[in-house]
Amino acid sequence: MSENNIERISGRATDELRNVSIKAGVIKNADGSALIEFGKNKIMAAVFGPKEVHPKHMMVSDRAIIKCRYHMMPFSTDTRKRPNLSRREIEISKVIREAVQPAIIMENYPRTAIEIYIEILQSDGGSRCAAINAASTALADAGINMRDLVSACAAGKANGQVVLDVDDQEDKTGEADMPIAMLPNMDLITLFQLDGNLSKEEFDQALELAKIGCNKLYNLQKDALSEKYFNENNGKEEE
Amino acid sequence: MPAVKKHRIVDSITLDSIMSSLSDSKRIDGRGLLDYRDIEIETNILKDKTNGSAKVKIGDTEVWAGVKVETANPFPDTPAEGVMTCNAEMLPICSQYIEPGPPDEDTIELSRVSDRGIRESGMIDVSELCIKEGELVYSVYIDVAVINEDGNLFDAVAYAGTAALLGADMSKFTIEDDEVKMLEERQKLPIKSLPISTTFAKIGDKIIIDPNADEQEIASARLTLVTDENGKYVSAQKGKPGGFTFDELKELSTISKDKGEEIRNKIKEAVENGA
Repeated sequence: MSENNIERISGRATDELRNVSIKAGVIKNADGSALIEFGKNKIMAAVFGPKEVHPKHMMVSDRAIIKCRYHMMPFSTDTRKRPNLSRREIEISKVIREAVQPAIIMENYPRTAIEIYIEILQSDGGSRCAAINAASTALADAGINMRDLVSACAAGKANGQVVLDVDDQEDKTGEADMPIAMLPNMDLITLFQLDGNLSKEEFDQALELAKIGCNKLYNLQKDALSEKYFNENNGKEEE
Repeated sequence: MPAVKKHRIVDSITLDSIMSSLSDSKRIDGRGLLDYRDIEIETNILKDKTNGSAKVKIGDTEVWAGVKVETANPFPDTPAEGVMTCNAEMLPICSQYIEPGPPDEDTIELSRVSDRGIRESGMIDVSELCIKEGELVYSVYIDVAVINEDGNLFDAVAYAGTAALLGADMSKFTIEDDEVKMLEERQKLPIKSLPISTTFAKIGDKIIIDPNADEQEIASARLTLVTDENGKYVSAQKGKPGGFTFDELKELSTISKDKGEEIRNKIKEAVENGA
């Protein structure tokens, strides 16, 4: 990135993420779960399955089906959000499902359903990316066979410069937001959205920056999983 | 959150012939990988009740758009801005796979992506839609009906919506003694830009533009990119449970700009002819 950077609202460097922490295995009743704190976002994801498909006609004989719901709690936003699923939440549920599905080896679980529930408890900018990081950590925690983790991060443009990890304020006042999810080992982008205004150079620059962000998230996801499964003290507490 | 719905069935003969054509870098209907089908655009097709309208055909895909401009109260957080919404509806007449009822997630995605393209490009200057700050603004409704579905609805809906807006008009107004009076006289909408959507689909390792319904069904991933006349990218959406590599995205963004320019001229021409 250029040397003479304009200060971001949050004081972050152009390629600096907000504070992120991920914890795997936070919900006992779920087969897999994760809590992510991403800036002000607080998001829980829980995975159930592989389990019996309901309703039965949705069953597919040679693979699993994936169900995904992204839901915001009424208290998660500045003004109370109505509890029912909005059109925005329905669209985000769909793009998240399509972002994580390529990672799951669905042929290993014929005639079953894998359910992903994402609950936004406190929202900030970039909640769909944070949710994908939590969901894929939860999937791994559930022991679902996967080709790779799915890591997500947004890049965008604020104050005339291309920046990593657009937050709420930058999203509202900035020029562009480009959330991306990828399978880092396969170099495959599985979520790609954009709104705003980017030139070709900025478009390519934002892509590269988002890729760096995704790789950082990838490491944090792996840390969260090894913290749960390879940390001896933690293991004893669990027993 | 349905993961499985009534899906289009692509028979194995069609599938085989799509795949064998693609291996020769051709399409089942004889097109090249990066060729659009014939695009037909006609404006002012519903003169009596709408304030602007358009019909767009891309091959056998057909959509109709109607614009209504009404007045409304502004949103409290944007008291000096007008309102604009774009909505797409899949009519049960458009395909045997569509049933009446509330919109499913595919239709919601289609609606929201076409709305974002128009909104993010700043096509309509909403600040010029203000009549009286905090009290009255114009609200522009763009409704698009899918009449016949043969793939690439994202582009068809976008072209119909923008073509209808370009030809649309709204009433003028005066303010006398602090009272707003709407006049008989008409004026054009405050149009600032013409965003163009282009949609790609990935089948195996081949990427095609403007997929038909069969190609779209078997594709692993779909990408819609919207550019404005300054060559800026204003909106994008990846769909379907597959992905693109970074190099593919960079290449497709260049193609999108070039194709967009061709189609932009086509829409402008159609609007001039229809006026």
